[in-house]
Amino acid sequence: MEKQLFTVTVFSENQVGLLNQISIIYTRRCLNIESLSVSPSSIEGIHKFTITTWSDRVTMEKVVKQIEKRIDVLKSFLYTDDEIVYQEIALYKVPTEQLLNEKNLEGIIRRHNARILEITKEYTVIEKSGHDDETEALFEELKNYDIRQFVRSGRVAITKSTQEYVTMFLEEQARRRAEGLI
Amino acid sequence: MNEKITGAEALIKSLIAEGVDLVFGYPGGAIIPVYDKLYDYTDQLKHILVRHEQGATHAAQGYARVTGRPGVVIVTSGPAATNVITGLSDALMDSTPLVVITGQVASSFLGSDAFQETDVVGITQPITKWAYQIRRAEDIPWAVARAFYIANTGRPGPVVLDIAKDAQNGLLEWSHQKCTYIRSYIPYPKINDEDLKAAADIINSAKRPMILSGHGVMISGAEKELAAFAEKADIPVTATLLGLSTMPSDHHLYKGMLGMHGNIGPNINTNRSDVIIAIGMRFDDRVTGDTSKYAPQAKIVHIDIDSSEFDKNIKTNATIHGDAREVLEKLLPLINHADHSEWLKTFDECAKVEREKVIEREVFRTEGTMTMGEVAHKVSKATGDKAILVTDVGQNQMFSSRYFRYTDPKSILTSGGLGTMGFGLPASIGAKMGAPERTVCFFTGDGGLQMTIQELGTIMEYGTDVKIILLNNNFLGNVRQWQELFFNSRFSQTPMVNPDFVAIANAYGIAAENVETREQLDDAIARMLNHKGAYMLNVNIDPTDMIFPMTPAGAAVDDIMLNANEKFQIN
Repeated sequence: MEKQLFTVTVFSENQVGLLNQISIIYTRRCLNIESLSVSPSSIEGIHKFTITTWSDRVTMEKVVKQIEKRIDVLKSFLYTDDEIVYQEIALYKVPTEQLLNEKNLEGIIRRHNARILEITKEYTVIEKSGHDDETEALFEELKNYDIRQFVRSGRVAITKSTQEYVTMFLEEQARRRAEGLI
Repeated sequence: MNEKITGAEALIKSLIAEGVDLVFGYPGGAIIPVYDKLYDYTDQLKHILVRHEQGATHAAQGYARVTGRPGVVIVTSGPAATNVITGLSDALMDSTPLVVITGQVASSFLGSDAFQETDVVGITQPITKWAYQIRRAEDIPWAVARAFYIANTGRPGPVVLDIAKDAQNGLLEWSHQKCTYIRSYIPYPKINDEDLKAAADIINSAKRPMILSGHGVMISGAEKELAAFAEKADIPVTATLLGLSTMPSDHHLYKGMLGMHGNIGPNINTNRSDVIIAIGMRFDDRVTGDTSKYAPQAKIVHIDIDSSEFDKNIKTNATIHGDAREVLEKLLPLINHADHSEWLKTFDECAKVEREKVIEREVFRTEGTMTMGEVAHKVSKATGDKAILVTDVGQNQMFSSRYFRYTDPKSILTSGGLGTMGFGLPASIGAKMGAPERTVCFFTGDGGLQMTIQELGTIMEYGTDVKIILLNNNFLGNVRQWQELFFNSRFSQTPMVNPDFVAIANAYGIAAENVETREQLDDAIARMLNHKGAYMLNVNIDPTDMIFPMTPAGAAVDDIMLNANEKFQIN
């Protein structure tokens, strides 16, 4: 089956050990996590994991169900790139002297819509956010200036859907609880 | 204001509040505070001292499977915690509710490689439904309540509570409130009416339907609903290994066991059926064989409480997510009366071939060394087909489960998913303690028995009335069979030099006898069953005996060997 990049989002209670519970589901199937980001979500007390993996749809659908089976996981979803708005952030540390020699530094920064975070005598830190091909493109260009450090964050993503499924899930649970159904 | 008590005492009071009156365990350094308090509560909470922590988990599994209540285990940290791993993994695979309490080093020592420290939560997370470390005494009632709720609702499974020593010694104001709700966990989903209707439409249009009844039917107590459903639509019922006894063996619609060593009819007809209704089962590879050749002609209706099982191994055409009993109750009015007598006959034709080609030779032999099949057949008959069968793993498991007959529900206890040798002896102890009114017959082999043979000490100490039928061929028989069939009879490390098992049993104060010949068998079985207390038969078995029919691993479900040289031919 054809492999493509999938984004899995997981909404969980804020409990110790959740990351391990999720990652072992990938490990069992020998799936390499391409990127991972964890942060509090917009709902208080609920954490959001965003995980990207190269795999096939059948495998990933099983992974998502097995993640959702964990007790403290509220919901887990599977997306392809066309279903989400996503972003990564990259930082580049370049020797300042090298940049000063560049006549067209302004052009590079403008063309890539990057910005400069810090300048010292020794080094300059440039920031660029975008899709991975965009941060990669700036990396390629800055290679000429002897990049000392480069780091790229995990993907963060927001759905294009008009339904907020986790909020709906929580409301439904609260309603059924109030009605004594559970 | 309540008087403050220690975390250790709170644990015991919370266990009692959860209805626990029996625990299996083994004391040690990091759990001593709990054992100290247990000393004051022995009138309310009976403790069974096993001889090895693995034995505690399997005994608790046995207890849980016959009672439907969680089995409880208390052990210490480090090596004790690692010794419960096999039982946890077994319980997860076979959906058995366990609450396993492990002691842990004091929280200030955590992560420092302290004496008898091991990362219990980290190790057990992949093989438990929930694993949680308690570092504060005041969290104990909450965590215990949550553990019981998680272990025994929805699809049951094992839970670990790892309690740091300082949490056991710390003080709290104890009050216990049962857990009935976790917002991120929906153990009993609301059954979708459209799913019911879609499934009913498929079932009502079926010409050659069959039911695959699994462990989920037993767990939800849906035996009556299963029978009503099958009878109304005249659908043959087959069972997985763990689904045995969900329908009585003598029911006219019961057609036998599925799987690698199951009956011919159920396996052959899997690939002739047009609608397969799988209830509380998970299409394990020992049932499906090669999934690409599994029932390609059939529509699959899958009923399960765990939606992650849908489409995991076999692609479905309709699914109903919910508790088996509730689903069958709701499905029944949507199902039409039907007559599938022609289709039912095809099972009986297969059964006839199986009887002639396999069973006659296996069960009704008149000469040569005894076979496992005839022993199982005779023991079952002598109990009026009413005993609980506990098995170990291997040939003893397949022969006894095949040739036992089942009258009452919850009559088989076996390690299906994990296939744990050594499971049976401790499991039979737990089963007898959970169902003292029933006869417990434990079938084992000379290999598996010796993996947990120390639990004979537990039988001795508590006078547990377990009937042990040792099918002794001085071989690791199942591996021997594969070596003979698929590895050129190269019997690598399968012959076994064995001790005098009768002497060992006697040393533990357990009555025992050798059964050397067929002529001695009936009387020996009668003596065993009439004896008050544990009894062991050491039965001399033909080591060349092999379990058939057999679908070789990785072969199609209808590719069935009748013996080493002959395959079943479809007419």
